[in-house]
Amino acid sequence: MKRYLVRRAGQALVVLVLIACVNFLILNLAPGDVVDVLAGESGAGDIEYLQQLREQYGLDRPVYVQLGHYLLNLAQLNLGHSLRFQLPVRDLILMRLPATLLLMFSSLSLAFIGGIVFGVAAARSPGSMRDSFISTMALLAYSTPLFWAGLMLIILFSVKFGVLPSGGMRTIGGPDDLYGMVVDVGRHLILPSITLALFYMATYTRLMRASMLDIYNMDFVRTAKAKGLSPLKTAYRHVVPNSILPLISLFGVQLGSVLGGSVVVEVVFGWPGLGTLAFDALFQRDINLLMGILFMSSILVIIVNLVIDLLYSWLDPRIEVEA
Amino acid sequence: MIERESLIRRYCHSTTGVIGLVILAFVVVMAAFGPIIYPVDPWAMVARPLQWPLIDTDAPLGSDILGRDVLSGLVNGARVSLIIGVSATAAAVAIGVTIGALSGYFRGIMDDILMRLTEVFQTIPNFLFVIVLVAVFSPSVFTISAAIAVVSWPPVARLVRGQFLTLRQRAFVESCVVVGMSTPRIIFTQILPNCIAPVIVTSSIMVATAILIEAGLSFLGLGDPNMMSWGAMIGFGRQSLRTAWYLTLIPGVAIQLTVLSISFVGEALNDALNPRLG
Repeated sequence: MKRYLVRRAGQALVVLVLIACVNFLILNLAPGDVVDVLAGESGAGDIEYLQQLREQYGLDRPVYVQLGHYLLNLAQLNLGHSLRFQLPVRDLILMRLPATLLLMFSSLSLAFIGGIVFGVAAARSPGSMRDSFISTMALLAYSTPLFWAGLMLIILFSVKFGVLPSGGMRTIGGPDDLYGMVVDVGRHLILPSITLALFYMATYTRLMRASMLDIYNMDFVRTAKAKGLSPLKTAYRHVVPNSILPLISLFGVQLGSVLGGSVVVEVVFGWPGLGTLAFDALFQRDINLLMGILFMSSILVIIVNLVIDLLYSWLDPRIEVEA
Repeated sequence: MIERESLIRRYCHSTTGVIGLVILAFVVVMAAFGPIIYPVDPWAMVARPLQWPLIDTDAPLGSDILGRDVLSGLVNGARVSLIIGVSATAAAVAIGVTIGALSGYFRGIMDDILMRLTEVFQTIPNFLFVIVLVAVFSPSVFTISAAIAVVSWPPVARLVRGQFLTLRQRAFVESCVVVGMSTPRIIFTQILPNCIAPVIVTSSIMVATAILIEAGLSFLGLGDPNMMSWGAMIGFGRQSLRTAWYLTLIPGVAIQLTVLSISFVGEALNDALNPRLG
């Protein structure tokens, strides 16, 4: 187990360094450098001054020295400075991260639970009306652009019925006692969570259904039926627990895509997380900040996948963990 | 001997597959000939602003806040979606097949290196990566397609690698090695044709995903500034969401129908190409 952990962590580290190299490559392939951007902003055109700036930023040194420098900085989580916000990129990201994590957590829980419920409902009577209805709805959710689903929900629940807030995270001048605040944030969380959950609920539903149909063919399920267990008990005691495993590994694979999805959802709902930060960075051409967000998100994906790998081998001891 | 049904007949077993194909054909015709049949400039002011659909003949599907024709945007947007969906997928499949074939055929150190690379591209959050790439290299149909291709090849590489790993050890491939067939010839004429079916199925799903990514990009304002696209229409319409929600609804339904039809086609293809599972 320990050796496995060390090996996985080593692999993760290699991937991390390579991701940093990809980032560096993009920055270098980008037309113009930081100094060009700065010069464009301040309107300064003095070539000698620009040269001096390049020396100051180390841009005149060979590429491999610059790369070493860049990696060293990243290792210390020094992601540079955001020109627009006048703050270190790391601090900006850490400030916005909790909101995004909250949104991701609530929508993934929703997707996970919903996926299991609908998947079980579909798989318990394959080929029935219920099954084809659920499968069609899942395919429909699969084909819906997240941001558009969000806008439609706003029209329905905020504009037409007026029951839920259409954006933001808290009511301005809202309650400031703890209970009131939690309820307020919770109300703001509902629509973005549902929006982000739709797509993933569809994938979990489909996977849960397929996985359950697989398990139904297994010997131990036949034994359970043969000893006279009711279909309901067979399903919940023996089939469902064994069908959930693949969902957990999908969770890790999808995390990156959820982070991407949260960008558009946050922009639609004005949710003050990493996504809106990325959007602002985009519009103010703050490439440094954008790259920082990309890098930190990649780290998040790596860590969560590592945790899921360990969780998986703990949940299903059949999986070999020896190196 | 049981006669095998033709691929087309097997495909037609699926009702949703046929429906999907009909919708998709309609979208393709719209993309190809729409701008000729309905030659209205999607950027031009042709009607009173914010005209609801089915009221004014100047703008049959309504007009946006600047008086631009929604129907014309729809017709021209089909073109962008399909061009980017297909070209991004073609590029991603080319990259994925190359990398997967190399690492599955040669194994060893080549496999290690290429699989680490695949892992890297699979780890970086896709949509964020596309945003960064398009922002850095400035948006155009080419950069958007290329960026989507860069993030979507890993699944193909893994798929092809797996196929190559098993096919490589089959007797028919080993006999080719024994008779002295050259490595490229073995790869291209023996192994590759045998793993083309799952690649086709995967790529149909990739077209759908690429269309969704493009819609997201242009919604965020990162679309090709010279082309009207569905995502951009939703982005423009969002400003008048409360009063004129049809501006958001119509292009969204277009995206949804197109992506749904591609998914239907993909599923039917999957069933038709893997008759064992049927």
